[in-house]
Amino acid sequence: MERTVTYENDLNLKATELRLGLPGTDDSDKQTPSGVRSNKRTLSETTEECRSKSNSGTSDARNDDTETAPAAKAQVVGWPPIRSYRKNSFQPKKTEAEAAGIYVKVSMDGAPYLRKIDLKSYKGYPELLKALENMFKFTIGQYSEREGYNGSDYAPTYEDKDGDWMLVGDVPWEMFISSCKRLRIMKGSEARGLGSYV
Amino acid sequence: MREDPTEMSEDDDRTTDLAGGGTIVVEASSNKTRSCGGNGGGGVGVGTIADYCPSPYPDQVLENVLENVLLFLTSRRDRNSASLVCKSWYRAEALTRTDLFIGNCYAVSPRRAIERFKRVKSLVLKGKPRFADFSLVPPNWGAQFFPWVSAMAAAYPWLEKIYLKRVSVTDEDLILLAHSFPAFKELVLVCCDGFGTAGLAAVARCRQLRVLDLIDDEVNEDDVDWISCFPESVTCLESLIFDCVESPVNFDALERLVARSPSLKRLKLNRHVNLMQLHRLMVRAPQLTHLGTGSFSTSDNPAQADQEPDLSAFATSKSLVCLSGFRDIVPDYLPAIYPVCARLTSLNFSYANINAEQLRPVICQCYNLQTLWVLDSVCDEGLQAVAATCKELHELRVFPMDAREDGEAAVSEVGLLAISEGCRKLRSILYFCQQMTNAAVVAMSRNCPELVVFRLCIMGRHRPDHLTGEPMDEGFGAIVMNCKKLTRLAVSGLLSDKAFSYIGEYGKLIRTLSVAFAGDSDMGLTYVLKGCPKLQKLEIRDSPFGNLALLSGLHHYYSMRFLWMSTCKLTLEGCKEVARRMPYLVVEVIGDTDEGDIDDSIDKLYMYRSLEGPRADAPSFVTIL
Repeated sequence: MERTVTYENDLNLKATELRLGLPGTDDSDKQTPSGVRSNKRTLSETTEECRSKSNSGTSDARNDDTETAPAAKAQVVGWPPIRSYRKNSFQPKKTEAEAAGIYVKVSMDGAPYLRKIDLKSYKGYPELLKALENMFKFTIGQYSEREGYNGSDYAPTYEDKDGDWMLVGDVPWEMFISSCKRLRIMKGSEARGLGSYV
Repeated sequence: MREDPTEMSEDDDRTTDLAGGGTIVVEASSNKTRSCGGNGGGGVGVGTIADYCPSPYPDQVLENVLENVLLFLTSRRDRNSASLVCKSWYRAEALTRTDLFIGNCYAVSPRRAIERFKRVKSLVLKGKPRFADFSLVPPNWGAQFFPWVSAMAAAYPWLEKIYLKRVSVTDEDLILLAHSFPAFKELVLVCCDGFGTAGLAAVARCRQLRVLDLIDDEVNEDDVDWISCFPESVTCLESLIFDCVESPVNFDALERLVARSPSLKRLKLNRHVNLMQLHRLMVRAPQLTHLGTGSFSTSDNPAQADQEPDLSAFATSKSLVCLSGFRDIVPDYLPAIYPVCARLTSLNFSYANINAEQLRPVICQCYNLQTLWVLDSVCDEGLQAVAATCKELHELRVFPMDAREDGEAAVSEVGLLAISEGCRKLRSILYFCQQMTNAAVVAMSRNCPELVVFRLCIMGRHRPDHLTGEPMDEGFGAIVMNCKKLTRLAVSGLLSDKAFSYIGEYGKLIRTLSVAFAGDSDMGLTYVLKGCPKLQKLEIRDSPFGNLALLSGLHHYYSMRFLWMSTCKLTLEGCKEVARRMPYLVVEVIGDTDEGDIDDSIDKLYMYRSLEGPRADAPSFVTIL
């Protein structure tokens, strides 16, 4: 979730930047100001104030997610007037900006980097495990309730809301994504130990 | 059909008239009584009560006769009028009033209400302003049930019915209720919060409980198995509505409960009840008239995934007239409800993500439908199908699937026009859309003269007529001009002061008005305050109305239940001026929870008439001027 870097100050990196595109095309600032619509007729200053006031007052209340999306407009609190219960009953078609994903960090023993994934983008364990395998270039092995993950040195584990480390796959998927705080792919004897507790 | 505040329509304007003016008549310590708008007029009047009749005996006979006659008087408005005739009528009415209506819990204190009305069996109590539903009122603002339930526990041990709307209710309150009222029969909670399954368990134990309706509440997800707490023997249950309860219920206990509740007519399940379970319940309760179908989907349990649900119970039902639920609908199973469509008077598809093709075969059989709630996923085509068949339609609500300003447009002026041409008996409409035209709104004003409630929400703020580029003034102007019975109006889109001049000029019966992102200047609000004599509830947000406009309504504020203005152009001085000049008005300035002092330009104003003065339970972010 990185902000667009502006090149306006000091070093004029822009001049020496290597980009694709015709010479002379400009890098425009991707951050759209929120609130002003183009198809409005001109209103008096007072109404402008009103709107910007309501926008600024509410941008704090909104998720950080909306700041990174060039296209999405900051939503005003309580508008449109739908009860939150109703609003939350549907997942609207997800744009990258609007989806309130469940982002968790994934670490792997021995790997120098951390990754972050959105648990909501997976429909179930098979998909998640496949994605992890691809991400960290390893194989997980077969899951069985009794023995954990067989056939490899690795076991995917997660820390839940209570701070306990559990084996991925032990609880139903929905329960997992709502309680998982972060993932850790364990290696070696520690991994084997976890599996045999079931 | 009994007049029922729990019916799907929230706009029971029949019963919300005049804020129960009778409840704020000051206790007569002398022969004079100050009545604040108690009898339908505007402003404050001072009436003199006639002296007593000279001889005691005819008076006693008269009072006995009077009490017996007044027992038949049920309308709140009539009772308020009767109580003003003379002192003995006042007393007789106070003794015989059994249904207490409090439109604003802060307008009168529990003590005052109890002192006047001794024999109350039923209470209706309303708390927070409606904009609380949209997160505009910080939590812990007030409207606690406790002061009322604790006072009534002592005063009305025979209490049978309680209806609460936008009140904060705790589990302890519900436990106190269950212990204090042995004859308790009906509890209806609408848009309430603060309680959980522990409180529900206490209420379930009331042996004479007939009605437990939870509508749009926020229920804490505790793990108490409240369904198992109903009496073990045959129950008197007539209505059990819990579709807003997010936590799963013990299904086996529910099935047993339904089986031993022969009077059960209304049952609305939450989304954790699947189709297989629904069938089992319907088989146990073939006498149901109102059914909330739960998820209308198959079980999440993979072991049951292959089983086809048995949907034959719909075919055998002879009594179903109202269907709702469909929380996670599998449209393939929708044909199951065809057998009941012809008898349906009410259908709530507002959680059903279905398109026009899926709606059409259902709706084309619903020719007796009077109330329809849908999602805009049905699109204009779906609404055209509704218009083609539902000639008896009284109420339509179209909710947005994508509740954002720049969301996808699913319904438009095309749908509105179609409805207006097909459903001529329409009385109430709530319509969310992304774009609209004046022409369609004008057409509706002409085609649907019976309109009592017109609420149009163009979700894009300040959006003009998308064909002409004009403001939406003429459309709303036509509505107030042509719909002579209109009592409730909500406006949206680009609106100038002209729209408000129309409302002030023609909206003579309007009681509730909602304004957002509209108007040019103080004149807009002034037109309304000076022009609408019946105005009771006015809620305004993000509109350029300032102190001048606020002060133009002083003549009318005692006749109103409340005024809400947020993110307008009011200042502290203006609000203080109102507070100075109107001693029976409580003027609340509401800040954000973390800020301490308010500065000169205020964000939220909520003011209401009251006999009690500033409330003692105001939190730190509320300043009462």
